[in-house]
Amino acid sequence: MQTLTQRLANPTRFMELSGSVLPWIAGAAAVVIAYGLYLAFYVAPPDYQQGETARIMYIHVPCAWLAMAVYAMVAMSAFGFLVFRHPLADVSAKTAVPLGAAFTFLALVTGSLWGRPTWGTYWVWDARLTSVLILFFLYLGLMALRSSIEDESLASKLTAILALVGIVMLPIIKFSVDFGNTLHQPASVLRVGGPTIDTAMLTPLLVMALGFTLMFVAMHFKAMRNEILRRRVRALQLAQVEKAQASQLAAAE
Amino acid sequence: MSAFLALLKRDLMLSVRQGGALGTALGFYMLVVTLLPLGLGQDLNLLSRIAPGILWIALLLAALLSLGRVFSSDHEDGTLDVLATGRMPLEMVVGAKALAHWISTGIPLALTAPVLGLMLNLDIAVYPLLMATMLVGTPAVSFIGAVGAALTLRSYRGGLLIALLVLPLYVPTLIFGMAAVNGLLGVSGTSAAMLILAALSLTSVVLCPFAAAAALRVQMQ
Amino acid sequence: MQLVAENLVLERGNRKVANDVSFTLEGGSGLVLTGPNGSGKSTLLRALAGYLRPASGSVRILGIGGSDGDTGESCEVGEVCHFVGHLDGIKSHLTAAENLTFWATYLSDRADSGHSVAHRVYDALEVFALNALADIPAGYMSAGQKRRLGLARLLVAHRPLWLLDEPTVSLDTGSADILVKAINRHLSDGGMAIVATHLPLAIEPARGISLVRKEAQA
Repeated sequence: MQTLTQRLANPTRFMELSGSVLPWIAGAAAVVIAYGLYLAFYVAPPDYQQGETARIMYIHVPCAWLAMAVYAMVAMSAFGFLVFRHPLADVSAKTAVPLGAAFTFLALVTGSLWGRPTWGTYWVWDARLTSVLILFFLYLGLMALRSSIEDESLASKLTAILALVGIVMLPIIKFSVDFGNTLHQPASVLRVGGPTIDTAMLTPLLVMALGFTLMFVAMHFKAMRNEILRRRVRALQLAQVEKAQASQLAAAE
Repeated sequence: MSAFLALLKRDLMLSVRQGGALGTALGFYMLVVTLLPLGLGQDLNLLSRIAPGILWIALLLAALLSLGRVFSSDHEDGTLDVLATGRMPLEMVVGAKALAHWISTGIPLALTAPVLGLMLNLDIAVYPLLMATMLVGTPAVSFIGAVGAALTLRSYRGGLLIALLVLPLYVPTLIFGMAAVNGLLGVSGTSAAMLILAALSLTSVVLCPFAAAAALRVQMQ
Repeated sequence: MQLVAENLVLERGNRKVANDVSFTLEGGSGLVLTGPNGSGKSTLLRALAGYLRPASGSVRILGIGGSDGDTGESCEVGEVCHFVGHLDGIKSHLTAAENLTFWATYLSDRADSGHSVAHRVYDALEVFALNALADIPAGYMSAGQKRRLGLARLLVAHRPLWLLDEPTVSLDTGSADILVKAINRHLSDGGMAIVATHLPLAIEPARGISLVRKEAQA
């Protein structure tokens, strides 16, 4: 039975820690997002060209930011799992992927809704939309690969390798997609020489980005806790099967 | 080195003996190219304009079709286990097999493109460049594909899954391949796109074997 | 030359298959693994060959310094072993001779440079009584013939360590004798062999390790 405790040893500390921190993060996320929404709808001025529709930005940009940040986190977790063989890193990678895919999907949907009044069409094959779409496919690939392999520890390792391949390919894909001209407005928050966006709009945007990030962290913690509990149940079931086999054998002899 | 050449030679010999793989890929290639005009209508001007894109996409799909067997046949009959023993690292095994795939599938597909180009009313002046971009770009197709084939070795939805994993990774190859061809049609930057395409192929030849070998090792346990 | 396994712990799908296995095998001697199904014979062999990374413990092979003999240098077991598993590693579209020629070239070592590939293939076919089938595609052969062809791989390239997993499956008694003779000759030349088997095989000199199913201990 020593192996069973060994298997659970590390995540136990995580469970204690995350259990006490989770309500605070979730609360903070709710408060910050509420404040951000207030700023976005009542304080920030409408865009002088795009009018009220520009307010989609306050949802769209945080989603797009998380779409990329979560993939980077998945890749880091995958690296941690492959190199240090830490089971918690695998739990983190596994649970972050569906969340990342969801934010990527939201970024695509909000982007397309924003595109309709701005560009006159729901979808244009501009560089940034296309690369986010491909990012979405990379997320789908990670989920599909993991679900297609029965042996869970094998699935974890292979998915981790795929995540690393993806993070190496992403800049190349981005570069290739940028090779054509882009219709999308150029980057306006993160750029050399300071943001070009007005402070009245930038503040709500940053508040929303922070709120969404906190929300992701809360959801990720919750998902990791669920995954750890699921693994514990499975370990207990396996132990039970082994015990039953042993007693059967003993009875036979 | 003799081990590398022996494996390359054996894989090529097997692809000739089995025959079916290349025939199927070529047949699929032609079929996709036949279906598109049927779906798009017979406007020859439109077809000649989009022909390079059709040919490139059909090539990617056809190459994808034959990727599934790159490692699985060796895995099923126990050969992969034996290939992993010996002094040649698994990375080189992957390299030899991906190279064999390029020679036995990538090159024939690239060489068939002009025939299909005729059916699409493609300007004959474009043929040499189109074939050149395909010859330069297909190593990336084979080597990136090998990673997908290695990752899906033991999954129970092999073929479809490879497509989902690998097609997004083919985006740069497709874009730069097309950019090089369009250069001749009068857009710009043929040589730049061609050089980037070559760099892409060389990088995949160097890096992909590591990822594929890592995936194979995990599955041989 | 020496194979040293120290405190091997092997896990398969979170189940412990072998717990704290240690042994030393000297050049010129064999080791016979016996035990019921599921006792971990195959897993142990795969771990020795380097496919499976042990959860803890180590496997080392000492004293293989290339052609100039014992230098005390240790190296990866996978590089210096022949592995014959449940599958034959035979391509059905290639003839018997082509299959062996490939393995002879692929697996060849510096120690093999004395004999040409064709020579080694011919000898191996001869030993396993396959010369009549040399030009027949392996796909046409019976299970026993394929098995012999798979085992003939042992003779086309020199490897100091042979790892054989149930090598006698689908062999008739005559063929099993040929195999035992080949193993004994390999041992008398200073090689090592580890054989997992159900049948008693006359391998000399050999020690036996009997593996037991883990559940039976509980």
